[in-house]
Amino acid sequence: MSAARRRLLVLLLPLLWMAVFFLAPFAIVLSIAFAEAAEGLPPYAPLLRWVDGALTLQLNFQNLALLAEDSYYLDAYLLSLRVAAISALLCLLVGYPMALAIARAPERWRVPLLLLVILPFWTSFLLRITAWIGILQDQGWLNGLLLALGVIEAPLQLLYTEFAMYLGITYCYLPFMVLPLYASLVKQDPALLDAAADLGAPPWRSFLTITLPLSLPGIVAGFLLVFIPAVGEFVIPELLGGPGAQLIGRVLWTEFFQNRDWPLASALASVLLLALVLPIALFQWRFAGERRR
Amino acid sequence: MNLAAPRPGSAEPWRDPGAEPFLQIEGLTKRFGDFVALDRVDLSIWRGEFFALLGGSGSGKSTLLRCLAGLIEPDAGRILLDGQDMAQVPPYRRPVNMMFQSYALFPHMDVARNIGFGLRQEGASRAVIRDRVAEMLALVRMEGFGARRPDELSGGQRARVALARALAKRPKLLLLDEPLSALDKNLREATQFELVNIQERTGTTFVIVTHDQEEAMTMATRLAVMDRGTLAQVGTPGEVYEFPNSRFTAEFLGTANILEGVVEALTPAGARIGSSEYDFDILSEGEPPKPLGSRVFVAIRPERMRIERAQEGADFGDNRVVGRVRDIAYFGDFFVYYVVLEGGKELRVSQPNLRRITERPVDWDDLVAVSWAPEASVVLPE
Repeated sequence: MSAARRRLLVLLLPLLWMAVFFLAPFAIVLSIAFAEAAEGLPPYAPLLRWVDGALTLQLNFQNLALLAEDSYYLDAYLLSLRVAAISALLCLLVGYPMALAIARAPERWRVPLLLLVILPFWTSFLLRITAWIGILQDQGWLNGLLLALGVIEAPLQLLYTEFAMYLGITYCYLPFMVLPLYASLVKQDPALLDAAADLGAPPWRSFLTITLPLSLPGIVAGFLLVFIPAVGEFVIPELLGGPGAQLIGRVLWTEFFQNRDWPLASALASVLLLALVLPIALFQWRFAGERRR
Repeated sequence: MNLAAPRPGSAEPWRDPGAEPFLQIEGLTKRFGDFVALDRVDLSIWRGEFFALLGGSGSGKSTLLRCLAGLIEPDAGRILLDGQDMAQVPPYRRPVNMMFQSYALFPHMDVARNIGFGLRQEGASRAVIRDRVAEMLALVRMEGFGARRPDELSGGQRARVALARALAKRPKLLLLDEPLSALDKNLREATQFELVNIQERTGTTFVIVTHDQEEAMTMATRLAVMDRGTLAQVGTPGEVYEFPNSRFTAEFLGTANILEGVVEALTPAGARIGSSEYDFDILSEGEPPKPLGSRVFVAIRPERMRIERAQEGADFGDNRVVGRVRDIAYFGDFFVYYVVLEGGKELRVSQPNLRRITERPVDWDDLVAVSWAPEASVVLPE
């Protein structure tokens, strides 16, 4: 067997996996996006139909056109991208010092500290969000504490605000930021910082000129790992966010479950996916090209 | 004495009692938990020296170097550089630069940016940095490599860039931490000469840490042999090799056969030392460092010994022992014979391979006599 064939064989399994669990479902979703809503189950008309004794393909572009026309959807997209970007940035600001501290901690402390970062995953996500409701609501723990301390005189509206939503997203996605950052920081050669100091760079300049640029791949990975799921996030804005936070996840949910408009929901999902995949693919291609150089 | 003749033009300031040392280390002590890495080290180094710290792992040589760089804070003692106390000076303000063992080149910067890094920290202008980088590239013969990334360079080229980067700021003191340990033998030797050459051209004071005695011997003006956090001996390579002050330095720098004995008589020429292991006397030249009647160790270098076939029944004499050849190592340019004396003591004798012959003058299991001149017997003070 030639080397090329053996390589193909090794690649076959992941390719098969991608085909079955990613490409096929996406193809189904995409096809529904071009269907027409109809009564029944599933609530859309098939794309291939017998018309006058001939099999014809009927594509419906109205769903996609609606997305472009109705600013309601465009606004939801833009808001989602903004919320996801801000959340990823917040995770970066909180996560970077954490990752740096863990990477610089004595070796025997690193694994326990990393476990602490991942520990929340061992509890149900919904339970943890509900706990935040308990903390943030008007009669909640935080307001109670602030009232008791005399900092405020009346309860603050914390729950169902943008603040609560960002807090929830940052809290939930933080490990996805910390882990790749840690991975890129821990493998940096400590001698580089010695060399920078030796050549006259005070600690803050060593950080800006050595540590930060070398951790860029970790920053990008962490940012994407938070940003991508945060764009489609439904539960946190729904449970913690205000009514104004019409994110794409909530719109999708409404179209799919309440309006039972599967084609429109599918169109929404397909556009979201393409909007995310294309820039990332472009970025990957550029990054890989730079590494080859 | 004038051993290992000084390089042409180089003075020997350490012999001048009036000369002010450039670097003074006084009582320097560093502990890591229970481990004493440096134990009250005193050392003076003069301007323009190429000083080697030689020792095994754990001897404290790297700790001493890192104290000089300011990367490790000593527990006690002082470091004075050009009259200035370095205690309160953080590493990034010391006029000291280091060539690191792994080179520690910044992987995300090209060669020119690596070399210019130190100058950028000083806020030097672009033009100044560009000129100095070009000058450094020329110094290490790396012109045209400015735009390369460190991972596009060979090991030897990386070493040159690391050296150029460490010299770019014109440090008062250049520290080199095992700078050539990553290079293969031939490249290492070539780079050694080049380092000495660059040191002489720039006039910078170099302090190098190494575990490679050949490296220390060939490059250094003076060296210090370190043992468990202390300086076992300080001197020129010739002094330390010819006049080791202890069993440790005698065996660490080069190899030595160590014989034990008692100073039995002082003669006009030297001393007669009775071997305490065998029935023979060791003759030495000059006045022994210990008085009559004391127990001493005598070191004899393998290359100072002669070996020849002996007749059955041959016996020990003054500076002459008899044994059997257990093993012969052929190095091409010389032979090493391992000779076992009666009772199991083993001597190492090396002989230059002077003539091309196919038959060995001395063979395995031959009965041989090993002898040496009185001046080859070094009576150790410790």
